[in-house]
Amino acid sequence: MDYFLTEEQQMIVDIARQITDEKIIPQRAELDEKEEFPNAILDDIAKADLFGLFIPETYGGFGGGCFEVVLALEQFGRGCVGVATSYAASALGAYPILLAGSQDMKQKYMPDIATGKKKAAFALTEANAGSDASGIQTTAELDGDEWVLNGTKQWITNGGDAQVYTVIAITDRSKGPRGASLFVVEDKDEGFSYGAKEKKLGIRASSTRELIFKNCRIPKDRLVGKVGLGFIVVMKTLDLSRPGIASLGVGLGQAALDEAVVYAKQRVQFSKPIIAFQAVQHMLADMAIGLEASRALVYAAAKHIDAHPKDMSKASSMCKVCATDMAMKVTTDAVQVLGGYGYMREYPVEKMMRDAKILQIYEGTNQIQRNVIGQELNKEYT
Amino acid sequence: MLRIDIETCIGCGVCEEVCTFGAIEVVDGVAVVNEKCTLCGSCVDSCEAGALSIEGKDKAVQADLAEWSGIMIYAEYRHGKVAPVSFELLGIGRELADQQKVPLSAVLLGAGLGDAAKDLIFYGADIVYQVDDPVLEYFTDEIYGNILEDIIREQKPEVVLAGATAIGRSFIPLVATSLATGLTADCTQLVIRPEDGVLLQTRPAFGGNIMATIECPHTRPQMATVRPRVMKPAPHDPGRKGELIDYRPKAERMQSRVKVLRNVLEEQDQVNITEGDIIVAGGRGLDDKKGFELMRQLAEAVGGAVGASRAAVDAEWIPYPHQVGQTGKTVNPKLYIACGISGAIQHVVGMQSSETIVAINKDPHAPIFDVATYGVVGDLYEIVPKLIEKIKEKRG
Amino acid sequence: MKIIVCVKQVPDAKDVRLDPKTNTMAREGVQSIMNPFDRHAVEEGVRLKEQHGGTVTVISMGPPQAEAVLREAVACGADEAVLVSDRAFAGADTWATTYTLGKAIENTGVFDLILCGKQAIDGDTAQVGPGLARRLNIPYVSYVRKITGYANGVIRLHRLMDDGYDEVEIPLPGLLTVVKEINEPRIPSLKGKMKAKGLSIRTLNAADIEADVDSIGLPGSTTQVVKVFAPEFKGERAMLEGTVDEQVAQLVKKLEPYL
Repeated sequence: MDYFLTEEQQMIVDIARQITDEKIIPQRAELDEKEEFPNAILDDIAKADLFGLFIPETYGGFGGGCFEVVLALEQFGRGCVGVATSYAASALGAYPILLAGSQDMKQKYMPDIATGKKKAAFALTEANAGSDASGIQTTAELDGDEWVLNGTKQWITNGGDAQVYTVIAITDRSKGPRGASLFVVEDKDEGFSYGAKEKKLGIRASSTRELIFKNCRIPKDRLVGKVGLGFIVVMKTLDLSRPGIASLGVGLGQAALDEAVVYAKQRVQFSKPIIAFQAVQHMLADMAIGLEASRALVYAAAKHIDAHPKDMSKASSMCKVCATDMAMKVTTDAVQVLGGYGYMREYPVEKMMRDAKILQIYEGTNQIQRNVIGQELNKEYT
Repeated sequence: MLRIDIETCIGCGVCEEVCTFGAIEVVDGVAVVNEKCTLCGSCVDSCEAGALSIEGKDKAVQADLAEWSGIMIYAEYRHGKVAPVSFELLGIGRELADQQKVPLSAVLLGAGLGDAAKDLIFYGADIVYQVDDPVLEYFTDEIYGNILEDIIREQKPEVVLAGATAIGRSFIPLVATSLATGLTADCTQLVIRPEDGVLLQTRPAFGGNIMATIECPHTRPQMATVRPRVMKPAPHDPGRKGELIDYRPKAERMQSRVKVLRNVLEEQDQVNITEGDIIVAGGRGLDDKKGFELMRQLAEAVGGAVGASRAAVDAEWIPYPHQVGQTGKTVNPKLYIACGISGAIQHVVGMQSSETIVAINKDPHAPIFDVATYGVVGDLYEIVPKLIEKIKEKRG
Repeated sequence: MKIIVCVKQVPDAKDVRLDPKTNTMAREGVQSIMNPFDRHAVEEGVRLKEQHGGTVTVISMGPPQAEAVLREAVACGADEAVLVSDRAFAGADTWATTYTLGKAIENTGVFDLILCGKQAIDGDTAQVGPGLARRLNIPYVSYVRKITGYANGVIRLHRLMDDGYDEVEIPLPGLLTVVKEINEPRIPSLKGKMKAKGLSIRTLNAADIEADVDSIGLPGSTTQVVKVFAPEFKGERAMLEGTVDEQVAQLVKKLEPYL
């Protein structure tokens, strides 16, 4: 379907598609097998100027919004969600600085992130604080001219491969929702180390690591914005980044549908290609419908967010739930259409199904998203 | 320029049907030409109303056309040997020379030629022009080009043929441009038109999806390069007699601005099977690693690369770069010969767009026969050796 | 270094088919692309510029829509683009093409290096590079696989041969044709595409390059196409029966066109 992209948006799609076809797809099976962080591909993405899509022109970026990132991620997601997540997580790590950082802080970090010279990561989750972000226990204490961080973050995407980390830590537990603040920690900071790379079900190319802060000392000016703004900035950050994750789902779903249709046309059983059987056709039809519907919702949500509305949470959550649940269904159905071949690592769909699962979990589980939507509905109808 | 006389044009649309390139169509009752036109003239020939003509088609014919007579071939010589394509050129050269009733000559350039010229005579050359000089040890476009150009200007052959090898394709265009004459590359067929003695040069275009026949009517010589292993080599007759001429080029013609420092030989380990026109692939049906020795022999006989099914690679009979299929390479050669391969979909998906597929398998129900152009049910260890023998015979 | 790269817009060869019954080329669904070898030439030119300073000018002889490949080259790092276009150029063979390109290049001024792809995938002749060098009377090397150095106006490189490679030196100004193995072409960048979009492309027609009308297009060609046809269409399928000898004999006969 024609979504009436501008010339520049079409350029973004064309470049991202070329990178996906020429670089990501040929390497994805090996990256998944070896659990290798896709440095070379991220370099190619950087050289194509796509790392700075959402960064203002003053800092060397393209000055685009959520929709531009969605367009790029949809293509990368079609290639490999592991690679695409590495790109998306860097944007996630950069957003807090863009939203709340001072001019000086933005000037310090944004140009390098825009050129891909430095990669970012977002450190929120802890062993006891997933959906319940308020349960975080990492602390930050002001000691003279330095903040001292103590605690452990868990399952941080790009952990160990990024250079710039935005970390949320408790600065005053008594203040409740205003008790946390955001800090920038750099990979070479003293007292900052990582755990081993986690072994995962899917997105195996993506790096997931524990971050350990043991009397980690950072200069005072590493505070992002003001003390106490932590949770608020985190929520805004996630609102902005969710359509990107949703878009990964759309790209992934498209890839799975493509494989399923091509296979169904070729596979002959009972003297016919299986696409001739209604059971298969209906599966494919439902996959296509779900995919196109979620694409439309993701695009609409992204454009809505780019119009800077007062409330973006509901749109952001809706598109995330819709596209990621759909991606799980479509990839599972794709494996079903390919039958035994779909289960074999020789064919790409089993990886797609494994990769889909995380989309329903990270950046806020789909259950939490439904809470958000429910609460928003409640607020709307007074 | 294609001229359309709009008064005469009746808008019948025959030209539109005949045009191979979609360059002419009838709009509002009159033919209109667009930029896809290659001026091939098919529409002009087909127009019954006589409304079409190609402007300026009568161009100047080279003044001394009639003086150009004889067939000349460039015999490539490298690393102490005459390249096999030279004997193939003598083969087709002999046919053309006999048809035109003219002599067949060969140009041989190199350092330390020894008896090579004699060999060319045994293979059919009536005259050999040879230049034996240390400066010719390494190939340089300028020196080789200068010498060949000078010999051609002196001897005025009507046709000059060379092999479409790295050397031929590099310097023959230089010679053609210096002589202000036409050159057709990679010809697969060369035939003389009896009416006027013009050489009709047929070659593939668009990666072989289309064939084109080309002529060079107004200038001489008519030059063509020929792909190796396309023409039949001439027969060898050690009793043949011919003339050997030691040609002496002028000193200033033996200069080259480009310098070759040295040559490095490389193992032609054909592991990039995605290039190339022919693949011979082996599968589980080979039963043994030794089966790939047979595959290599067949590949060599047909001038192709060796491929394999996943089963063969998993059994470690041949390394992974040779694997064709879902988790290997996708290939689409002109000819794919599958030996002892069952044809499971994981393999077929990697080779099904090959132009011609030959399957040799013991099992008459093997699915490979569903995609094969030619199927041979039988024991590949009986069939393939005989196949190799017959192919070698055919090639001479 | 002032570098000129010759590029050509071609139909995607693998999609081109001739319908054997009507002898017509099926043009629907056939994409126009930059000749793949030219992508490598553009990339090498841009790399040399990045290493040694200078400019890369891409030039193409073609119809107005060939502008697209010039812009693609600019998106990948070329600085300027020239389109050589005129109805009078139609029907040109390699002889007329090298004349036209030669005149156009003379028109663009002094240069150090001309880069071409080894061949165009529609014509497949590999003749324009050497022919153009001859027209301009400059030295050339074909099938360049790797540039190993540049100093004092001399380029050192590896030339691919059938049995390995030659180490070669060429003084500039000169012309090189390159093979795929020389580099991996970059993906166009967003900034590059935007620059390409805004770039004004210089268009030269026959009069601009002072071309002699008898030397261009079909009138200027020394060869011409007599006919175009589809290669033998293998519609048949057959199981070859009989004794081993009979099967082999039949098979060899069927394989004749490939031997």
